[in-house]
Amino acid sequence: MNVSEDFYQLEKPIVLLKEQINALDLNEEPGKKEKIAALRLDIEREWAKIYPNLTPTQIVQIARHPKRPYSLDYINNLMRDFMEIHGDRRFADDPAVVTGFAFYKGESVAVIGQQKGRTTRERIERNFGQMNPEGYRKALRLVKMAEKFGFPVISLIDTPGAYPGIGAEERGQAEAIAYNLKVFSILRVPIVVVIIGEGGSGGALGIGVGDSVTMLENSFYSVISPEGCAAILWKDQNSVAQAAENMKIRAQDLFALGIIDKIIPEPAGGAHIDPEQTFKNVDKVLSQTLKKLEQKPKEELLEERYQKFRKMGIYVEK
Amino acid sequence: MSENLWTRCNNCQRILYKEDILENHSVCPACGFHFRLSASERLAMLFDDGRFDVVDHGVCPLDPLKFVDSQNYGQRLEESQKKTMLPEAVVNAVGTMGGIKVIIAAMDFAFMGGSMGSVVGEKITRAVERAVKEKMPLIIVSCSGGARMQEGALSLMQLAKTSAALARLEEAKLPFISVLADPTTGGTTASFAMLGDINIAEPNALIGFAGPRVIEQTIKEKLPKGFQRSEFLLKHGQLDDVVPRKNLKNYIVRAMRLFLNRPQ
Ligand SMILES: [Zn+2]
Repeated sequence: MNVSEDFYQLEKPIVLLKEQINALDLNEEPGKKEKIAALRLDIEREWAKIYPNLTPTQIVQIARHPKRPYSLDYINNLMRDFMEIHGDRRFADDPAVVTGFAFYKGESVAVIGQQKGRTTRERIERNFGQMNPEGYRKALRLVKMAEKFGFPVISLIDTPGAYPGIGAEERGQAEAIAYNLKVFSILRVPIVVVIIGEGGSGGALGIGVGDSVTMLENSFYSVISPEGCAAILWKDQNSVAQAAENMKIRAQDLFALGIIDKIIPEPAGGAHIDPEQTFKNVDKVLSQTLKKLEQKPKEELLEERYQKFRKMGIYVEK
Repeated sequence: MSENLWTRCNNCQRILYKEDILENHSVCPACGFHFRLSASERLAMLFDDGRFDVVDHGVCPLDPLKFVDSQNYGQRLEESQKKTMLPEAVVNAVGTMGGIKVIIAAMDFAFMGGSMGSVVGEKITRAVERAVKEKMPLIIVSCSGGARMQEGALSLMQLAKTSAALARLEEAKLPFISVLADPTTGGTTASFAMLGDINIAEPNALIGFAGPRVIEQTIKEKLPKGFQRSEFLLKHGQLDDVVPRKNLKNYIVRAMRLFLNRPQ
């Protein structure tokens, strides 16, 4: 990838403006509010220049941005009294996914979030957000409890994919994902899925079957990573951009294909430039969706969930 | 000696008389290597007297993303259709096995590596729904490299669609026997192939979620001998049994009799 294609180069002016805002925010001075407002406007202007021309590869870079809000950031900002639960009671605890209960808008919810690390050490501990079978089975344990107690499930997706390792295969990575798909499809409580960053293939879908699937504007959702696709079909890494382009991995493409229900807007510069605004945008969609789903009779909820996925696919009948 | 009467075994390299292999269920008489079967060979082998009715034949693929790599996806589809004489990578058929009416969905690796796009997902789902509607046991013979990249996330969603249909089969209390042939990997394994009441595999079939090369590149280690082969999965508790092809039909019929409480 040449420099002009690199999002981290493109966003430099915005990052500088954001740094000015942060510096202003630190101390009181006359006209502070107006200055910040003017800088925000500048960010929006810069973004309006960059955004329409962003390629799918650059969207992937935003979705993988090291400063992008992660699952725990959403949980800690939108929910109260989050109590994490650990382990699948079979083998281990998987740090690549956090699961637990919390209060959201004054009501108990079950929450699942694929979690990446911020520092190098954390990244390794979290296995870069790549779950092992025990992670899927921990999530399964959580949703079965949610069903028992009648809580809705909120599932936050952010993973490059399920972990490709020897142990993962020995312990049944494929079965763990498949079984979740089956159980989530008939779980008798509402499930709301939000793709907040990377939607990496079966590894994402393994916690991604729900009544509502929404996506942050600059996240992506894909059958295989653009790198993986390029390696298999083009047999080289110079074709990652082509692979990303061809697979139609962006939110608006997936909305058009009937795969997601809604696109959640991100602030100018992307979620990482203004996390507070991102949380607000997610909060709004989350609360509206939950309210709507909780009013539905169970049988209707389940039939609609079945039909939602039943209809996916494009073919012709001859 | 006519060349096409003879063939070489991929495993033991022996030159063999083709007729002998065919009579032996396409298994090498010398070393037991299981040659890959087409969907129609598979169906003929499993149904009573090799007789069956193909259903859902009219479901045909499109190129919804206008996907182009070194070739158009549309062209790839046409070539596969010509080569296999099939509209897509799975064939659904109804018939009897041991006198029991069943539906079998058999995948064909020769059609784009048996990959699952919208049509394979749709046909597997229809097979499951037909089993529920007509109260038949379901058998799926998987032979697939996983989700089809050329249909992007549409392919990925077929994992959810087929698994949701199987949840309904379970609620209807009908048996599902999943047979995994070489190879069964990726999205196929991470959906219907691993969701049988019993999951069985042919000997030495490659079965897994991630491909061995991807794992090797990730962990930067050599993989253990026999890794992701049927016998390895059986040892790790991921399969109910490894069944040689010559016993496969008999095994499935026995299992169905037990599930349906129907002694001979
Ligand atoms: Zn041989």
